[in-house]
Amino acid sequence: MFDRYQTGSFYDEMFQSDGVLREHCESLFERLSAIKASDFEARRKACDSHFLRQGVTFNVYHDDRGSERIFPFDPVPRVIPANEWEHLESGLTQRIVALNLFLHDVYHDQQILKDGIIPRSLIEGAKHYRPEFRGVDVPRDIYIHICGSDLIRGADGTYYVLEDNGRCPSGASYLLENRNALKRVFPQLFEAMGVRAVGSYPRELLSMLEFISPHREGEAVCVLLTPGCYNSAYFEHCYLARQMGIEIVEGRDLVVLDDFVYMRTTKGLVRVDVIYRRIDDDFIDPTVFRKDSALGVPGIMRAYRAGNVALANAVGTGVADDKAVYHYVPKMIEYYLGQDPILPNVPTYLAADEKELGYILDHLPELVVKATNESGGYGMLMGPAASKAELAEFAEKIKEDPGNYIAQPVISLSACPTWCESGFEGRHVDLRPYIIYGSDVKIVPGGLTRVALNKGSLVVNSSQGGGSKDTWVLKS
Amino acid sequence: MLSRVANSLYWMLRYIERADNLARLIEVNELLVLDLGRIDPRIFETLWRPVILATGDQELFDEAYPEATQRDAIHFLTEDRSNPNSIVSCIASARENARMVRDQLAEDLWEELNGLYLFLNSPESSRILASDPSGYYESIRRSTFTFHGIAAATTMRSEAWDFMDLARHLERADKTTRFLDITTYLETRSSDLPVGSDDYWLAILRSCGGVDAFRSRYRGRFSPRNITEFLIFSEKFPRSVRFCVKRLDASLHSISNSPAGSFADEAERESGQLLSFLAYGSCDDVMSVGLHSYLDDLQGRLNGIADAIFKTYVLFPEQVDERPSIPASSLSSVVKWQMEQQQQ
Repeated sequence: MFDRYQTGSFYDEMFQSDGVLREHCESLFERLSAIKASDFEARRKACDSHFLRQGVTFNVYHDDRGSERIFPFDPVPRVIPANEWEHLESGLTQRIVALNLFLHDVYHDQQILKDGIIPRSLIEGAKHYRPEFRGVDVPRDIYIHICGSDLIRGADGTYYVLEDNGRCPSGASYLLENRNALKRVFPQLFEAMGVRAVGSYPRELLSMLEFISPHREGEAVCVLLTPGCYNSAYFEHCYLARQMGIEIVEGRDLVVLDDFVYMRTTKGLVRVDVIYRRIDDDFIDPTVFRKDSALGVPGIMRAYRAGNVALANAVGTGVADDKAVYHYVPKMIEYYLGQDPILPNVPTYLAADEKELGYILDHLPELVVKATNESGGYGMLMGPAASKAELAEFAEKIKEDPGNYIAQPVISLSACPTWCESGFEGRHVDLRPYIIYGSDVKIVPGGLTRVALNKGSLVVNSSQGGGSKDTWVLKS
Repeated sequence: MLSRVANSLYWMLRYIERADNLARLIEVNELLVLDLGRIDPRIFETLWRPVILATGDQELFDEAYPEATQRDAIHFLTEDRSNPNSIVSCIASARENARMVRDQLAEDLWEELNGLYLFLNSPESSRILASDPSGYYESIRRSTFTFHGIAAATTMRSEAWDFMDLARHLERADKTTRFLDITTYLETRSSDLPVGSDDYWLAILRSCGGVDAFRSRYRGRFSPRNITEFLIFSEKFPRSVRFCVKRLDASLHSISNSPAGSFADEAERESGQLLSFLAYGSCDDVMSVGLHSYLDDLQGRLNGIADAIFKTYVLFPEQVDERPSIPASSLSSVVKWQMEQQQQ
């Protein structure tokens, strides 16, 4: 099964560079090697059809039947030893605390701008900055309640934070369903391995939502606000709402009266205290943001300002996950916490800075360039893979609007054994843990490992040939 | 329960029931054709035209198939995606509604419906339809039975159940009246009937799955009058109009918590009226106005109840709404916005 397996110049999750197994992968390797190739393939297929039947899918739109596809699942788990996880946990906790202090500051006194740590123009020019919300207090002073930071590993195995997804991070349902699927299809892999459970995620999410309720009396009414069933993550919205036992609502189910939010039920109106929203800021209230939004709830921002409803995540968190602001997160950690960052950033060049712009343009073929306010792998240039024409075209775009671009050296991502028809081959992976900030910071031991299924590819997004794996955090 | 959720549960059940009834009807009609023992060019007009007329979709059908054959009729009723009431379309609509309320449904219930949907959209299903039509329709019937069974075994007896149950019985009552109405269309063509008219009446009974129940009640006296009485007025047969209206009325009262025999809203008033009309009615009433007009009246009343339910529980006309209204032409932009919402 491992006959064809090769390690390269990048970090491999299972083997050291000399081909010797990493200690924490030994028993997994043995168990995988004991499975016959035909058997493995048959079980993998069973997994796929299970996902399809359950409707664990994302929507594909350009297809004429508006059909759904499954997010390809690779049954070889990615294993993280206990000590590495402790390191990640402390680094991510430090980071989300700093990001929240930053957001509170930016929407109140702006001390960090006054002290010149971050240029004011950068914040005020950021696409997702919401000056309308300066001076508004949010419940418990928490802005990013759910964060899905993307982590990658360099050639020496160092974990870097690639980006902090602090608006509507998605994918937690896959983290849960991947584990269920793997347990069902390959139970023998788990026996006595000491894999930490991930099933507590919906519970943690719900206690966080209840914690931020603005009303103390009675049980908080929490709802999940979805854009609707045509959204690519609709399955996840239903899945999480169901796991938490809360209602999933669309904008048209909610109505605002006297600055309180209510949902329309068959028995009349019921007050809503907390909204886990999966709609962008721009669409959430047509009376404040996009006037033509039929997805949002007119007046909801009034209720929010009045402190009568809590939103997770808060409005305006996008300024913290802006790709140019990302560059300053290590400085935020030093500024607010007086600590050294535990998890480093990927070195980042800001095209807005004239010196760095020169560097970017000179080194374009070696760099990854990203638009600051895009995500999902869009608006991006992979220098080493780009043609001369593409490079030239992108250089023009950067020169036209330097404030909109950043560049990073290509980090080749670690690789992990992945099933490829008849045996295992190395494919590049990243890692997205889910951090919940309520009464405390909680990180479910695991995460979504996304894998670039195409040989040599570094792009893990589901829209571009990516799949996912179960992620094992070991007890010891 | 959210009004939107109630509405989706309601439509999910109506579409499933519709598909199930259609599958029965086609299956029985095909058997009837086999009884002929020969290919008769008039088969379409005599045997399939009445079915198309009873579904109420004849205009759509005539437009699409000006030179209609039996094959076209079967395709139109079964697999034609441009017919919103074909079996395949009904199951797709049922599933679309189920998707919108997935969080409310037991995992098994969703999987059953989704499994049926995936089957009907697979190339395999078209192959089975061509080679073993009765196997095809049977698998649809079995799947909807399974669906109802899972629903009964897993759904909390709360509002969700009541909305599902009332939708099922409303659709079922409507379909029973339409099945009976087929005989009207047959009568007008009786001169060229290739088989005896009793066979049709029996076929109608069979489509309602009521042959055995009927036998034990009427000892096999398959007269049109007995069959009409059985399918409209039987108190015990689960597909009779009266039985369905009784269940529907009970569900409405369970939702509103108002005592039986009184009414709290328009839907209950109309269903109560219809229930007593049927409970105190008899076959003589039917004969005096004629079967077709009688059935027409029933269908009108059932529609009236459906409208009243929608107005009472879904629309809430008295509540203010500042939401920008969406002209039908821009619905696609709503879909586009839904898709645009970034999930990082």
